[in-house]
Amino acid sequence: MTTEARKRRPWGLWGLKSALHLACGVPLLYLWAKVAAGAAGGDPVQYIIHFLGMGILHTLAATLLVSPLARWLRAGILIRTRRLLGLWCFTYAVLHLTAFATLDLLGDLSLLGSEILKRPYITVGMAAFVILLLLALTSTRGMQRRLGRRWQRLHRWVYLVAVLGPVHFWWSVKSGNLEPALYLAAFLALLSLRPSLNPAALWAQFHQQRAQFRQGKRR
Amino acid sequence: KALTYEGSRRFGIRDTLTPEDKVISHNNFYEFGTAKTDPQRYAQELQTDPWSVEVSGEVERPGTWTVERLLQRFPLEERIYRLRCVEAWSMVIPWLGFELRQLLEQVRPTGRARYVAFQTLYDPKQMRGQSSRAIGGGIDYPYVEGLRLDEAMHPLTILSLGLYGKTLPPQNGAPIRLVVPWKYGFKSIKSIVRIHLTEQRPPTTWNQLASHEYGFYANVNPAVDHPRWSQASERRIGEGGLLSARRIATEPFNGYGEWVEGLYQGMDLRRDY
Repeated sequence: MTTEARKRRPWGLWGLKSALHLACGVPLLYLWAKVAAGAAGGDPVQYIIHFLGMGILHTLAATLLVSPLARWLRAGILIRTRRLLGLWCFTYAVLHLTAFATLDLLGDLSLLGSEILKRPYITVGMAAFVILLLLALTSTRGMQRRLGRRWQRLHRWVYLVAVLGPVHFWWSVKSGNLEPALYLAAFLALLSLRPSLNPAALWAQFHQQRAQFRQGKRR
Repeated sequence: KALTYEGSRRFGIRDTLTPEDKVISHNNFYEFGTAKTDPQRYAQELQTDPWSVEVSGEVERPGTWTVERLLQRFPLEERIYRLRCVEAWSMVIPWLGFELRQLLEQVRPTGRARYVAFQTLYDPKQMRGQSSRAIGGGIDYPYVEGLRLDEAMHPLTILSLGLYGKTLPPQNGAPIRLVVPWKYGFKSIKSIVRIHLTEQRPPTTWNQLASHEYGFYANVNPAVDHPRWSQASERRIGEGGLLSARRIATEPFNGYGEWVEGLYQGMDLRRDY
């Protein structure tokens, strides 16, 4: 690599990061403008909660797309956009939960508590939120260094969020499960792009281990 | 269009009205899409004139009633009712209508009539949700509802043709809809084209779609939760902005218990939800 290229690269990364921040932040301005203009209906509560929920899924999908993209494009530097996308996902999750608690339940915390315990779809959503919270809290470089190998293991829990999120969506709709089903399928596809979660690779690994086990027995 | 009507009755409900702009911009009418804003956006072209309602089945005088004939025959009255959606939000709406029993008395139910079935217009060309399952929430159209005959004959049960002094906007079920204030909103079927009296209990749309979540009776009942959310309280949509809404306790039969309790004597409302 020439020195010139090395100099240019951080600028490219800076530009990419700025574009991603814009892409994640502008929808919030759109939501605010739409609600302020009364274009989200006479009672936009459900609209707001749903919009923020979709924001979680979209930023989560973007986050999960980073490492496969970096691999295909052989551009390891892309990995450096993953944290910001993950933190935007967490931001949408905080807003989604806050909107539910303040706009729908109107701050009735005891009702929030009982809904979390009694409603499976809210339990699932809350579990996903707790995982995202842990990931956000440990997203700093300092925490990464301190946790070492355990950091990697902790952050793999995002795979569980990728399943819980669409399930929560599926369970929350009154009828018409097509859209949630498509999201669930898309997330399963994103997960299968990972070597550690690829069904074909896992199957091969299983066979290999079984073969080894049998050989070991014969000996 | 303005409608003429006489008198106004509240049946003991003192709540303040939900502003008109909210009543007409926050609707569930899956025939036009599942988002609350879809009906207002996509229903405006609905052809509601001419319109007629077929009355058939176990009646001595079956026939077709045009909206004009209904308006001529039955004077309108204002009824200010609570509307409690099964999704745990509620409004207070000044409907214009007449008692369904007035029409039923005209067509004379036979001795075999035990239920009244209702059907919404089926016209996929006008109702985009009926032409695509993805838009219409996966419902098998036409939308159908039903009441027991004694519920249908109850003076609280009205056929409404207007709200806030004017004809119904399409998104609120123009030109004629049912309003049953002690039941969840989905029972109050919109844009009715057929009323059919039967001996057997008729199928009803949401009950068919998810019978463990939506019963035939669907009486408002804070003691029986929806499997996925609590029915103990509701968000009252009133005046003001987002944060000015209030969460209030949901009342049995939506506050109309003193008038309708008698209909359900001896029934287990936990089982017959």
